[in-house]
Amino acid sequence: MTTDITAQGGVQKEKSMLLQKAMISANYDALARAHDEGKKVSSTFVPGNLNELLMCFDMVRNLPEINALQSAMRKQTGAYIMEAERAGHSEDVCTYVKSDLGMMAKGSIGPSGQPLPVPDLLLLSYTGCFTFMKWFELVRDQYNCETAMLHVPYQADGKITDNMRQYVVMQLREHIIPSLERVSGIKFDIDRLREHLAESARAEDDLVWVLESAKHKPSPIDAYFGGVYYCGPIFTAFRGAPETTEYYREVRREVEQRIELGLGPVTPEGVLDEERVRVVVEGPPNWTHFRDFWKMFYDEGAVVVASSYTKVGGLYDYGFRHDPDNPLETLADYCLGCYTNHSLPARVNMLCDYMDKYSADGFLVNSIKSCNSFSAGQLLLLREVEQRTGKPAGFIETDLVDPRYFSSANVKNRLESYFQMIAQKKTRHGVAA
Amino acid sequence: MALDNIIERCQDLYDDLRFSYVKEWKAAQPGRHAIGYMPVYVPRELIHAAGMLPVGILGGGDQLDVIHGDAYYQSYICRIPRSTIELALTGRLDDLDGMLFPSTCDVIRNLSGMWQLKFGDKLIRYFDVPQDFDPAVGGKYYVYELQSLRDELAQLAGRPITDDDLRQSIALYNENRAVISELYAYRSREPWQVLTHELYLLLRAGMILPVDEHTQLLRDYMVAARNTKRPVRDNCRVVMNGLFCEQPPLGLLKSIELAGCYVVDDDFLLVARWLLDDVPLAGDPLQNLCDAFLTRSLETSCKFVPQQKDKGAYLLASVRDNHAEGVIFAAPSFCDPALLDRPMLQRVLTENNIPYTAFKYSENSGQMQPIREQAGTFADSIKLWSAA
Repeated sequence: MTTDITAQGGVQKEKSMLLQKAMISANYDALARAHDEGKKVSSTFVPGNLNELLMCFDMVRNLPEINALQSAMRKQTGAYIMEAERAGHSEDVCTYVKSDLGMMAKGSIGPSGQPLPVPDLLLLSYTGCFTFMKWFELVRDQYNCETAMLHVPYQADGKITDNMRQYVVMQLREHIIPSLERVSGIKFDIDRLREHLAESARAEDDLVWVLESAKHKPSPIDAYFGGVYYCGPIFTAFRGAPETTEYYREVRREVEQRIELGLGPVTPEGVLDEERVRVVVEGPPNWTHFRDFWKMFYDEGAVVVASSYTKVGGLYDYGFRHDPDNPLETLADYCLGCYTNHSLPARVNMLCDYMDKYSADGFLVNSIKSCNSFSAGQLLLLREVEQRTGKPAGFIETDLVDPRYFSSANVKNRLESYFQMIAQKKTRHGVAA
Repeated sequence: MALDNIIERCQDLYDDLRFSYVKEWKAAQPGRHAIGYMPVYVPRELIHAAGMLPVGILGGGDQLDVIHGDAYYQSYICRIPRSTIELALTGRLDDLDGMLFPSTCDVIRNLSGMWQLKFGDKLIRYFDVPQDFDPAVGGKYYVYELQSLRDELAQLAGRPITDDDLRQSIALYNENRAVISELYAYRSREPWQVLTHELYLLLRAGMILPVDEHTQLLRDYMVAARNTKRPVRDNCRVVMNGLFCEQPPLGLLKSIELAGCYVVDDDFLLVARWLLDDVPLAGDPLQNLCDAFLTRSLETSCKFVPQQKDKGAYLLASVRDNHAEGVIFAAPSFCDPALLDRPMLQRVLTENNIPYTAFKYSENSGQMQPIREQAGTFADSIKLWSAA
């Protein structure tokens, strides 16, 4: 038996990666054609993304965070950010926002090279990130388009109360759905929503299976760098669509195959030969140097077995599934349950749990300058996880899409030292045992 | 009381980072509780109605040596959370029986979690206010949250907080806001009489003194100020914006004044002015607090503005109502709400031909010369080149 890996432009890719690439390209095509075809476009965010609901109104979905990260991978964001800063946006604030605004200022050509349409609606799912609110106010300031605000309360005490759930449901019923009906001209059909939600739940089952496959030794996946590929469709414009369910079946097939062969994760340079270090990572990745960053891990045999970033679009591995029997309530629970909407103590508990369940050797924080939602409190979080698990923790700083804030030599130096320290520690314990 | 004595008292309260006043207030009557709160808004009426002292926790200013706090924050996060943690770690907040963290931004939000991890034996609450201002939706949610806070405070107090308790507190805070409005109006009319750094110190005193005592202090100040003739200078009239969370050093406010600016409106310590009208005393007090929040509260960067046409309208109104000639944007470094909002507010000002200038500060900024030069140049440019 062999694995289904192909080389594209010198990079090793699985079939599922190619499938995903095609899905993303198709969405950019749909966005470019949307207004010519009389379709309406909604911009919205990843956490608290109401994709199933938007599909009920045949709206084409545009996700500015994804545009920014895709642009970063194509080395376009540095110019966009500087354009935004020239226009008066502070050097201190989120670079996702500045990349988006800079891209708009330069003609709104998306990462695929096609034009991005002016959105007909900004669906502001205000979930776990204060900046979202300002971001869409800034976009509205440019386009003067309708904005539908969904305020999602923060889970400060580690639980969803009935008051929180009902608040979100009422906003959906009284404001969000009427706005979508008005903008799209399509009447809301709750049975259509149920169908999409059922489809989502099927894909979610397979996603969780894939993420949890990292409990195997060696792990057949990398749950951070590889994880972003696995989470891409379900976090963005595709959750609730049949092709997404098929995508996750395919990912699962590939991972099952690797487990059967005892293989490690697929990296851009092929299957990882030897898993030397297993780590849990907190925080988003850097996108401007994504491949270089990943290489710093796999060159040292470091595999990320669990990550918090792959939970920003939902904590499916803690049991949440979209529930077609309670369509609006399940959307509310989904929004309330995204990772950055959880309190710091809840995040610490979750990360410690991952350290244990995934038999990790270390805990690493990639602290992102742009993202206070993730980053504020991470140094305490790091100490708590280290103290509770007794495993060594590491800390690096990068940014999402600002190339000026990725210091390759510095990050590499730190990571190498950290991974070597863990490897030595493991060896010592191995000898002692 | 003489004006100098009033300001000296406020300065003493401002300088006391050990919160001795809280200790004394609690010692005066055993069983008393004090509850800290951070910017921007919490309903202090509820704390007061529980018989407790609301205490504004506004960071460490420029006099606190932050040693431990820096180990909790990366360099790209604002200063107020690190000095607040420093205050707590060094025992300066030990007399507080609880802390409220409003939904100001992600940093203050996450600080509530840090407090849970570090000081979990006290009442700790993240206070989420609605961003949906429909009374039937956001209002319903908010009344429940107010009730929930009321229950927690009552539990700590060991007695229920009755509707009458609440009405009494609401009345006192109504009075306090009315007197603060009077003070602001006085400064706007005769800014040479009410110096901004004095007004700021007076507001700061209201972050620690019981509300009725603070109201009297404000009244005393206005009487004393009216009896003190101060020189009228050829300053320009400006509105300051962006200072609602991390506090400006006092030296910054003095520098702005020395540079030739009369500040005629600002967004200091908004908790004291958040509700724009008197909260009605008749009827359900929680519902009344809720309605005031939803329909008659200040606009600031921490609140969503549902309609594009309303964005920045409050700043424009402030400039017009106070006959200001320009706006000074002063935002704390790394302050997401203020810095993300600023380009939109600047756009509104540009469209209305209102000049502005902008800079950043930290609560411990020590070098004021560049700020003084920038504000002075701004003031000169207004005086020399404005149409008037």
